[in-house]
Amino acid sequence: MGQIQLNQVTKSFGAVEVIPPLDLTIEDGEFCVFVGPSGCGKSTLLRLIAGLEDVTSGHIAIDGNDATMTPPAKRGLAMVFQSYALYPHMSVRKNIAFPMKMAKLPEDEQKRRIDAAAQALNLTDYLDRRPGQLSGGQRQRVAIGRAIVREPSAFLFDEPLSNLDAALRVGMRLEISELHERLKTTMIYVTHDQVEAMTMADKIVVLQAGLIEQVGSPLDLYHTPRNKFVAGFIGSPKMNFIEGPEAAKYDAHTIGIRPEHITVSADEGPWSGVVSVSEHLGSDTFFHIHETGLADTITVRADGEVNFRHGDRIRLSPRADMIHRFDAEGLRIA
Amino acid sequence: MATQHSRSAARLMMAPAVILLLGWMLVPLIMTLLFSFKKYLPLRGGDLGWVGFDNYIRFVTSSAFWPSVLTTLTIVGGVLVITVVLGVFLAILLNQPMWGQGIVRILVIAPFFVMPTVSALVWKNMFMDPVNGLFAHLWKFFGAEPVAWLSEASLSSIVMIVSWQWLPFATLILLTAIQSLDSEQLEASEMDGAPKLAQFGYITLPHLGRAITVVVLIQTIFLLSIFAEIFVTTQGSFGTRTLTYLIYQRVLESQNVGLGSAGGVYAIILANIVAIFLMRMVGKNLDA
Repeated sequence: MGQIQLNQVTKSFGAVEVIPPLDLTIEDGEFCVFVGPSGCGKSTLLRLIAGLEDVTSGHIAIDGNDATMTPPAKRGLAMVFQSYALYPHMSVRKNIAFPMKMAKLPEDEQKRRIDAAAQALNLTDYLDRRPGQLSGGQRQRVAIGRAIVREPSAFLFDEPLSNLDAALRVGMRLEISELHERLKTTMIYVTHDQVEAMTMADKIVVLQAGLIEQVGSPLDLYHTPRNKFVAGFIGSPKMNFIEGPEAAKYDAHTIGIRPEHITVSADEGPWSGVVSVSEHLGSDTFFHIHETGLADTITVRADGEVNFRHGDRIRLSPRADMIHRFDAEGLRIA
Repeated sequence: MATQHSRSAARLMMAPAVILLLGWMLVPLIMTLLFSFKKYLPLRGGDLGWVGFDNYIRFVTSSAFWPSVLTTLTIVGGVLVITVVLGVFLAILLNQPMWGQGIVRILVIAPFFVMPTVSALVWKNMFMDPVNGLFAHLWKFFGAEPVAWLSEASLSSIVMIVSWQWLPFATLILLTAIQSLDSEQLEASEMDGAPKLAQFGYITLPHLGRAITVVVLIQTIFLLSIFAEIFVTTQGSFGTRTLTYLIYQRVLESQNVGLGSAGGVYAIILANIVAIFLMRMVGKNLDA
C-alpha cells in the first residue's frame, strides 16, 4: 500500500511562501513525477512528503493515516537523493544493510534482502567495495538498493539522474521504470527534465512557483495542456506560440502549435519564412525559421530526409486540428 | 612543462631555502650527538674528553629516567583524550545555528593565543592556589576542604592546563571537518531510521576520522616537548618530571651537558617511535 494524500499543505520559509495551499492525491502503485523549472518548489514538496521539512499548515496522509507529525523514519517511505548520500566509509553491503540494521532485522533476513537487491541491481560483484570506488551509475544503483531493502510503501526520488551523463541517464531511466513495473510500489519522482517526466510517469504534476499548473497523464498534458505554461513546458522542442492577427483568425489571444505538427515544403502552405538554422539529427531535422511575420522564431520538426539549408525560403502548413488556443490569461480555450 | 631545463632551474631556486633549513636542523643535531659522547661539565672543568656511551648508560640507569618517560606519556595521552573528546563535543555544539555564533567561536579559540607561560601562571595563581585561588573559594563555598592542586594532584593539574590550551586547536580542526559533512547523508540516515546517537556513531564520527588523526598527530608532536607549563608550576616536583624536563635539569641544574645531550638523543628516538607508531595506527585513515 502507498496512497499519499496532501490536503491544503503549505510551506513558508520565514515570510516567503514557497508552497501555497496545495491538494494532491497520489494513488497506490502510481509512478508520479513532479516536474517544473528550478525553484518551483518540487523538491520542497518531496521533502515535505518525506518528513525532512515540517509543513507550515495542512495535512499529509499516508494510506489514509495522518502522518503530518510522524518522523521521517516512521512514514515507511524511502528516498533516493540527488547526491546519492551514500555513507562513504561503509562498504556497499553495509550501506544497503544500514536501514535494516537500524530497524534491527534478523541477520539472515538482512542477508536475504541484500542478496536479492544486489541481484536485481547488478551489484553482486561490488558488495565489498566502497562507494568511492564505484562509478556514478553504480552509486545510483546502491542508493536505490538501500531504498528497496526497506520494502517501503513508496519511493521518493529527488532528481536522481541529474549527476549522470546523458547515455547513462537513458539507461537508468529504463531501469527505474522496469523496477516500478516489477515492484508495483508507489514512486514519486522529482525532475526538471520533461523528457524524464514524459517517459516514466503514470501521472505528471507540473509545478510553477509552488502552484500545481496541471495534473494528468503524459499524453493528457501533451494533447490538452491547461494553459500556456504547461503547453510550453511539455514537449521538445518547445511549442510555438503565435499572437496577433493570425491568432485572431482562430478567435484566440494566442495560438500554439507544436513543431511536429507543422509541415514544410518548398512551395505549398499558408505561412512562409526563411530557414535560419537546421539541426540534422538523422532521424529528424529541426528547422528554426525566421521572417515569418508570426513570431520571432518558428521551430519545425521534419523528417530526417527533408533537406533545406540556411537562407532557403520555404512555406509552412500547420495541422489545423493540432492548434491549441489560449485566451489573454494564457488559459486554454476548449 | 617539466622539462629537464625547468627542473634543474627549480632545484637551483629551491636550494637556498633547503640548505638553510637543513643547516638549521643539522647543526644542533650534530652538536647534541657530539656532546652526548663527551664528559662536558661547564662549571667543573669544562670539556673532559670522550667517554663513549657512558652518558647514555648513566641516563637510562638513573632512577629518574623511566618515571619521566611514563610521566611524559601520561601527559600526552591524557591531553589527547580530553582534547579529542571535548573537541568533538564542542565542534558539534558550535556547528548548531545559534545567536552570536561568530563571537562564541572566537572566544573558544582564544586560549590558543595565550602564551604557555602566561596561561600556566594564570592557572597556578588565579585558579589553583590553595588559599586565594578561585577553585579554593569554590570548594570553601560548598564547605569542602580546598585542594592544593599542584602538589596533591600535580599531574592531573598539568594535564588540565595543557588541555585547556590545546582544546581550541582540536575544536577548530574538528569544526571545519564537521562543516564539510554532507547534510544529505544525515538526512538519508534519518530516513533510514537512525536515531541521533546512531547518526553520530555511524555518520559523523567516521567522517571526523581523518580530522581526529590530524589532531592527534600534530598535538603529539607538540605535547612531547611541553616545558613551560611544568617550569612555571611544579618545577618538575610531585611526579611531574617529563623527559624534556629531566634533560633540562641534567644540563642546567646539574651542569652536565654531556648527560643532557644523551637524554636529548633518547627524546628524539622516543618521539620517532611514537610518530611511527601513530602513523601505522592511523596511516590508513589518511590515504583513503
